[in-house]
Amino acid sequence: MPRLWLLICLCLILLLSVLSIFVGVIDLSPMALLRDPEALQLLAVSRLPRTAAAVLTGCSMAVSGQIMQILVRNKFVEPISAGTGQAAALGILLSVLLFPAAGLAVKMSLAAVTALLGTLGFLALVQRLPPTEPLLVPLVGLVYGGILGAVMVFIAYQVDLIQYIDVWMLGEFSGVMRGRYELLWLAGIAAFVSYLIADQFAILGLGRDMSLSLGLNHRQVMAMGLLCVSVVSALTVVTVGMLPFVGLIIPNLISRQLGDNLRVTLPVTALLGGVFVLGCDILARVVRHPYEVPVGTIFGVLGTLAFLWLIYARPRNA
Amino acid sequence: MLRLRFLWLILALVVVSALFLTLEAKGSWSFTLWFRGQKLASLLLIGAAVSIATILFQTITHNRILTPSIMGFDALFLLILTLMIFGMGAGAYAQVPKVTLFLINLILLTLASVALFTLLLRDQRSDLMRMVLTGIILGVLFRSLVLFIQRLIDPSEFAVLQSASFARFNKADPDLLLVSAVLVCLAGGAIWRMRHRLDVLALGEVLPVSLGADPRRGQLTVLMLISVLVSVSTALVGPVAFLGLLVSSLTYRVIPSWHHGHILPAAILIGGITLVGGQLVLERILHFETPLAVVVECLGGLVFLILILRKGST
Repeated sequence: MPRLWLLICLCLILLLSVLSIFVGVIDLSPMALLRDPEALQLLAVSRLPRTAAAVLTGCSMAVSGQIMQILVRNKFVEPISAGTGQAAALGILLSVLLFPAAGLAVKMSLAAVTALLGTLGFLALVQRLPPTEPLLVPLVGLVYGGILGAVMVFIAYQVDLIQYIDVWMLGEFSGVMRGRYELLWLAGIAAFVSYLIADQFAILGLGRDMSLSLGLNHRQVMAMGLLCVSVVSALTVVTVGMLPFVGLIIPNLISRQLGDNLRVTLPVTALLGGVFVLGCDILARVVRHPYEVPVGTIFGVLGTLAFLWLIYARPRNA
Repeated sequence: MLRLRFLWLILALVVVSALFLTLEAKGSWSFTLWFRGQKLASLLLIGAAVSIATILFQTITHNRILTPSIMGFDALFLLILTLMIFGMGAGAYAQVPKVTLFLINLILLTLASVALFTLLLRDQRSDLMRMVLTGIILGVLFRSLVLFIQRLIDPSEFAVLQSASFARFNKADPDLLLVSAVLVCLAGGAIWRMRHRLDVLALGEVLPVSLGADPRRGQLTVLMLISVLVSVSTALVGPVAFLGLLVSSLTYRVIPSWHHGHILPAAILIGGITLVGGQLVLERILHFETPLAVVVECLGGLVFLILILRKGST
């Protein structure tokens, strides 16, 4: 069963990638690629990077969503809407303010640090919540993210950087070009590393006492998870902006269909995330051709609908 | 005791309003007073509309965490506005008088919100947290839909809409101000006459029945009045998510009473003090660039978090 899903997702990713290469403002036909050097240029500078960026973002966000759900031990959270994304954006804003001349690497590192702090803050809040109210966790997450976002808007107003903020708040891929997305490969690597220790994450999901008694280095695995979530969030916010709800829907869908054995399900989760983000990006390019709709708005609509479905169709024993 | 507190509140409102009108005035007095008087009037109106709407909503839902904006009322207002511009085209939209548009929008919002929230409130008895979460998520959904449809509208028409979807306490439209004042007064009068009924509604689902009163009677009217008030505040300034919560929690602190005859006037006063005082401090004293809406969002969000955490731990 998981193999079948894996196969289908792989096929879909290949299919959508081919489609993604030929959809855009400038017409590009397969024949032109053979004859026209300019078409090849377009492919290498814009279409291929964009396709890769969408797939990488989708995969790593789905995985980081899954890990976040394990860290918090709640199925209804994901990093981008629970404070990590906003904290990362706050970090970028601070780096623009404090080190205006610094390169992408500095921005990215500062964003990762603030994302880590933001996630730690969320975890500290969640610890104070009663375990009997699972829906309180996403609620607190959304408000916590909203407050961090308001702090960011406040600072941005004071220093007259409010236009910048929109770029990070609403994710889209139209700005992706060769030379401006390569950091996302790091996110992909982070997702892959977490696959290598998927078993330990699965044990972590059983809770602190249980995982300690099974001989897991609880603290270390927890730190790995936090690191992965923060790095992936910071990278995606820096390069393409916030894409909410991907990390929520995909892991939940897979967990309902295939169960919670992460070693088996994590690759499917990652690939399905890629399929979803790439598909939405193609939709964003097509729906109002020749203009583009930011893919973040499509996620906002689809993601909230899926979220509503999740909280109303949740199994009785969940 | 209560009377003394009311006196203090009134005094505070008068002082901030006077300071707001006169502080750092340059140039001719008649112009300054007229210009600032309009601003002051709109701030007071918004304060009244948002605080009454919030208190009413908390009364009929029997809790002190929910507010109409948290449940997505004002996002729904923006969605209806966007759909109207999208359907008519901005050219046709600009030709219809503003007041007519506002009234159409008001009627649509009332219908939509009554339908939506009777549905949601029915769920409340089984799971309060789920209802709150649903409301917040619906708010995100409405806002995303607004953004999405905005992008489908021609870029040239987009500007018409963009000016409507940001909270700004400073630039209320003078045409709308008069209509809004009339509407708030009418709604306020209706609510004042209902104040004893509201005391009964606040008792919950069970107690009123044993007193011989149907707890659902009046709920629909109250919901409609809330829609009117939310439309007024959203049309005047745009969405403000946590202002109502800030005001209502302050009110319950300051006025320890269950009578709506006490709570509602106090909430109106506190709403006015918060907005006028906040604007005064931010604009005239600290000279901040940041709009008041952002600061209120931040503080109100914190209040919400504290209330939720406290509710969760009991």
